[in-house]
Amino acid sequence: MADCKETLKELETYLDAELPDERVSEILGHLNECVDCQGAYEFHAELKAIIRFKAQNDALPEGFINRLVSCFGENVLADDESK
Amino acid sequence: MAAQDEFLADAMQYSPQLFSSALRMTRNRADAEDLVQETFLKGWRSFHTFQEGTNLRAWLFRIMTNTYINKYNAKQRRPLETELDEVEELFLYRRMGAVDQSQIAPSAEDQMLNLFTDDEVKRALEDLPEQFLLPVLLSDVEGFSYKEIAEMLETPIGTVMSRLHRGRKLMQKMLYDYALERGLIDESLLESPPTN
Repeated sequence: MADCKETLKELETYLDAELPDERVSEILGHLNECVDCQGAYEFHAELKAIIRFKAQNDALPEGFINRLVSCFGENVLADDESK
Repeated sequence: MAAQDEFLADAMQYSPQLFSSALRMTRNRADAEDLVQETFLKGWRSFHTFQEGTNLRAWLFRIMTNTYINKYNAKQRRPLETELDEVEELFLYRRMGAVDQSQIAPSAEDQMLNLFTDDEVKRALEDLPEQFLLPVLLSDVEGFSYKEIAEMLETPIGTVMSRLHRGRKLMQKMLYDYALERGLIDESLLESPPTN
């Protein structure tokens, strides 16, 4: 089983779901037994979720989709003319 | 042409995510819109190179990241104001105990993190130097894997991991500074007060 030092060192990679399976079980084993590391884990999981939630909600500018589609209209035309 | 029309229909669903990320990169709505348009045009023109069955969303983000690096990166370097070495491990976690409890509803860490407004989280991201912004944005916000990010940034996975780690530390420092500015932190409650 991993100790506190190893667990905290690998916490980020664990939260990113990038740890190899055998390390995951080592870390999980430690987290189940260590309240301190469990606290750090929960905090960083929450922080990650909050960053994702709060930085992904920008309203599109008015007319954005229309302008996006219409630049293809022009592009298709330009493409056809060049042939 | 039919395949390209299909591309347009499929790709359009990702335009809100692309726009949000473009905004974090350029920090400017007009530039962000240009960046997304350019991404779509490049994707449309080079759609024949897209491998059916691979991840269209990752492919679009790769195009956008490259376009950003080539076009916008040069003209707006962000200063690295904080010496990263000053920011120790678990920086924010170690300090959240010093949140002035009178400012928030009792306890629960999720409520503590909700202290930060959307704008503060966005600002903390946007103020990261590019070498940190891109990995943090692509990982924490967009949820891409280390391997996908390494391909997008054309850099080794180890570099992605170390930049992610450093970028996240820096972001924690900035979030803490915002909380300080807003008077949400009672520094006398810190077990070992920050040195600066």
